[in-house]
Amino acid sequence: MTYSFELPLLILLILTAGGAMFVKDLLSAVLILGSYSFFLALVWAWLGAVDVAFVEAVVGSGLATVFFVLTLFGIEPRDTLIRRTPPPIAAVVGLPLLGLLLLYAANDLPAFGDPASPASTYVSPFYLENSLADTQTPNVVTAVLMDYRAFDTLMETVVIYTAGMACWLLLRRDAR
Amino acid sequence: MNIFLLFVLDILAVMIIIYLYRVIRGPTLYDRVLGLNGISTKAIIILIVIGTVYDRVEMFVDISTGYALLNLVGVLAITKYLEQREAPS
Repeated sequence: MTYSFELPLLILLILTAGGAMFVKDLLSAVLILGSYSFFLALVWAWLGAVDVAFVEAVVGSGLATVFFVLTLFGIEPRDTLIRRTPPPIAAVVGLPLLGLLLLYAANDLPAFGDPASPASTYVSPFYLENSLADTQTPNVVTAVLMDYRAFDTLMETVVIYTAGMACWLLLRRDAR
Repeated sequence: MNIFLLFVLDILAVMIIIYLYRVIRGPTLYDRVLGLNGISTKAIIILIVIGTVYDRVEMFVDISTGYALLNLVGVLAITKYLEQREAPS
């Protein structure tokens, strides 16, 4: 099959990324980044990673927009206009070269969904075969996150909780 | 893969590009907000259609519901912002 949905998604992603770079005020950039994040969620959904798509759509596209706008509330209106300086020559020349290098390296990646790729042959079969008997959890991703790596997830939760508490303490309205 | 659903997806993507022109070029902020709203309606439908393609509609309905709810909150935040200060340009 040569005709697919990936190409329109790629065009949408590039359009929104370029648009967010070239608009003149911050609120427009926030809006365009919200739609960019949503198209990324569409890419995840199209590739079959439903959980990642859910998080990207809800957090990246919904909550991040709200947080950015809340940040804009605290900024002077004249500071929301972006004054752009022309990019340095090294970036103009170097970044396309880096992109070409990455495209060249992408030739060696295994095909999408290839059962013989290293990622699919190392520990994934163990989880797929044993997670239901070991943990009685029907969703494999949940089994890995919440059962096999429960302490890891617990510590991540502690880190996020601490970061949230620190932000809340810093951003209180009556902070001196 | 269902060719009909694939064409539906691509036509929806083209319609999103039309909205995207208004969001990126839009002379005023109100154009951008309206364009984003239109994109989000198309986006919800795209998510459901992808779910139909993969035969997992119930999961994708959850995603699109969460996205629609949070998109409402986002638009409310933006309009609150525009209400508080007169929009520049």
